[in-house]
Amino acid sequence: MKRLGVGIILLLSALGPASAQGTLRIGMTASDIPLTTGQADNGGEGMRFMGYTVYDGLVNWDLASADRPSDIVPGLATAWGVAEENKNQWTFKLRPGVKFHDGSDFTADAVVWNLDKLLKNDAPQYDPRQSAQGKTRIPAVASYRAIDPLTLEIVTKAPDATLPYQLAWIMMSSPAQWEKLGRSWDAFAKQPAGTGPWKLTLFAPRERAEMVPNPAYWDKDRVPKLDKLVLVPLPEANARVAALRSGQVDWIEAPAPDAVASLKSAGFTLVTNTYPHNWTWHLSRIEGSPWNDVRVRKAANLAIDRDGLKELLGGLAIPAKGFMPPGHQWFGEPKFDVKYDPEAAKKLLAEAGYGPKKPLRLKVGISASGSGQMQPLPMNEFVQQNLAEVGIQVDYEVVEWNTLINIWRAGAKADISRGVSAINYSYLVQDPFTGYLRHLQSNLAPPNGTNWGYYADPAMDKLFDEIRNTFDREAQIAVLRKVHEKFVDDAVFVMITHDVNPRAMSAKVKGFVQAQNWFQDFSKITIATAGR
Amino acid sequence: MLLYVLKRLAYVTPVAFGVSVVCFLLVHLAPGDPLSAVLPADATQATIDEMRAAYGFDKPLPVQYLIWLWHVLQGDLGVSIATGRPVAGEVGRAVVNSLILASAATLIGFTFGTLFGFVAGYHRNSLADRAASALSVFGVSVPHYWLGMVMVIVFSATLGWLPPTGAGPDGSGNWRPDLDHLRYLILPAITMSVIPTGIIARTVRALVADILAQEFVEALRAKGLDEWGVFRHVVRNAAPTALAIMGLQLGYLLGGSILIETVFAWPGTGFLLNAAIFQRDLPLLQGSILVLAMFFVALNLLVDVMQTALDPRIERA
Repeated sequence: MKRLGVGIILLLSALGPASAQGTLRIGMTASDIPLTTGQADNGGEGMRFMGYTVYDGLVNWDLASADRPSDIVPGLATAWGVAEENKNQWTFKLRPGVKFHDGSDFTADAVVWNLDKLLKNDAPQYDPRQSAQGKTRIPAVASYRAIDPLTLEIVTKAPDATLPYQLAWIMMSSPAQWEKLGRSWDAFAKQPAGTGPWKLTLFAPRERAEMVPNPAYWDKDRVPKLDKLVLVPLPEANARVAALRSGQVDWIEAPAPDAVASLKSAGFTLVTNTYPHNWTWHLSRIEGSPWNDVRVRKAANLAIDRDGLKELLGGLAIPAKGFMPPGHQWFGEPKFDVKYDPEAAKKLLAEAGYGPKKPLRLKVGISASGSGQMQPLPMNEFVQQNLAEVGIQVDYEVVEWNTLINIWRAGAKADISRGVSAINYSYLVQDPFTGYLRHLQSNLAPPNGTNWGYYADPAMDKLFDEIRNTFDREAQIAVLRKVHEKFVDDAVFVMITHDVNPRAMSAKVKGFVQAQNWFQDFSKITIATAGR
Repeated sequence: MLLYVLKRLAYVTPVAFGVSVVCFLLVHLAPGDPLSAVLPADATQATIDEMRAAYGFDKPLPVQYLIWLWHVLQGDLGVSIATGRPVAGEVGRAVVNSLILASAATLIGFTFGTLFGFVAGYHRNSLADRAASALSVFGVSVPHYWLGMVMVIVFSATLGWLPPTGAGPDGSGNWRPDLDHLRYLILPAITMSVIPTGIIARTVRALVADILAQEFVEALRAKGLDEWGVFRHVVRNAAPTALAIMGLQLGYLLGGSILIETVFAWPGTGFLLNAAIFQRDLPLLQGSILVLAMFFVALNLLVDVMQTALDPRIERA
């Protein structure tokens, strides 16, 4: 009997998860395979795995380096510019010789078709699901037309120099493949065709997606070296760690912080890097809010022991020095030093009229969990204790993540916000719009946008106009730096920390360069034959 | 008999209607916006309104219910908000996967439950009885979620014998009962079987003890029947109740265990419900709950009809 047991065990272990050399299997945090038709859902993770793999945009993100901030680069468009006489009129020169995975040519007509897919409700190819993901990303676009097969014109509603950043969200699907599959997006989802470095070969909803390299990819440097890329949705953090440890996958996204030490000691590699993410308190600036006093805002920023918080997170955080992570191309040289100085904080609070006899009492909305929110409960408890030490008494209104999203959309004045004077929210700050404009432009207060706190500063609005009207890239970056300097000097939010985008992988995974971006390039990765 | 079946079918109609109302309303009680899951967080109000109208969420609740019911009556459970795929297909695939897992768990539960039950019943108050009873108490009281994680830590993460997640090397699409796929079934099925094992063991123990104390057993022994022969009589007497309990357990397990299927990423109804809850995917949630609830209604109907066929006295009652 014992021998039989051992025999069964040996047989089972012999049949253990075998992986062909050159296959990379990734455990994602999403509970489903992101939308495969072009405009991926599931946020940044969806675009990372199903957007920039199978598809390209006219403008792509530079994902080649871990050391420098990631910026936009030519993608399916090789060059673009705005007309001197009409700042609304953009011309994009398209990359010649690019083919979709189905063999059809990528042309300006295909771009028009793709924009119609998102913006033109009566177009046959209009897809509400892709539109829901993409339309919001290109608010500047008014109209567009193909001038010749390799020249595209886009007209914006008003001069807007951030258009290239907006277009970096828009992925190009193959019109010919859609026609071939009976004009059905459901059929297209199973056999999609983009122009990207990977071709989707298997799509098993909620379970698995498989991709193989596109050898004809236009950027020869980015033709994948792997034989296959496999995506497995594993929403449960412990299940992801178990899948990695048992060799079922080679790479997991966002390992739970408390699993990191044991993973490292078992020989797994933890890869982290700075990226445009922040974890802040977004402050209400409506009438009567205590945050309208800059001394209170600065005091709160000086009261937080960010290094202690980093320790709490097992080192998986970058203490905030501003709204953008340190080293970001838009960081600039703010004068206000975001640091831990409780004595200075107490002094500022005293100047603002608060003290031990009259503590400042606040109500803040936080979530118990949520995408990008890191570990909101212990982190906010830590912040609460820090603030209490300088005389700010905080009560939390803990809500579920989806409710917090709705609060954020509704604005500080809405009933749903329950009178909180701040919300703890983590932001993707990938481009000028997601980074600054949506939070701070005065005319984007609800219901027009997500300026939750009704922040309104004519000087800031002027800078935003300048961003939109500065068409020279370097000059525009200089304006973006000015915005950040003002943001920090005015302590517009309580700037707390940045995530480091952690992922754990087997030592077999070689050649991965973690770009300072939400998206990543899987082309240069190889799988070594030996090693765990 | 036909009249009885028709009468029972007539009873089912209001029950089904009530189930559909509860399914529809319960999911609307939960906080959160179903569109939050699909729209980018900074979608404009115009986009949100457009989507709300596209999915019919802008209509009054009773109207939404009637439209939904009308589609359901035609076999259309709607389209998942999060995935855009038809709910019927999603639920159908998940039910098949849960059926595979539940059958395996029931098989393990029934085998070990009856084994422990018979051993304990035959040897009351012995060491074997105490051990079997302890095991069944463990079975009904141990938290599934914890046991699943311990199994994964031991057998997958540490020993590396069995895969911790999924339904097969290439997903559940081409599931077949070969070793490659069965390896994926072992851990979740064992984890899921501990409750039925405990329940069946306890029931069978009591049954066997009860049967052994009956006079006919004494009579069989007095007539000189050997112990094997007596055992066969005990089995025959205990079988109907044990089988009924097994059937009941299969019914429970078919509903899928949200915790077990999530821990093992087993793509069954529990996993689907979990995803639907977190994504506020109302059509998927409504469809899954309705299918599972109707499954129980149908199962009850079937049991009633079968019992009546076997015992006509029930019909008169």
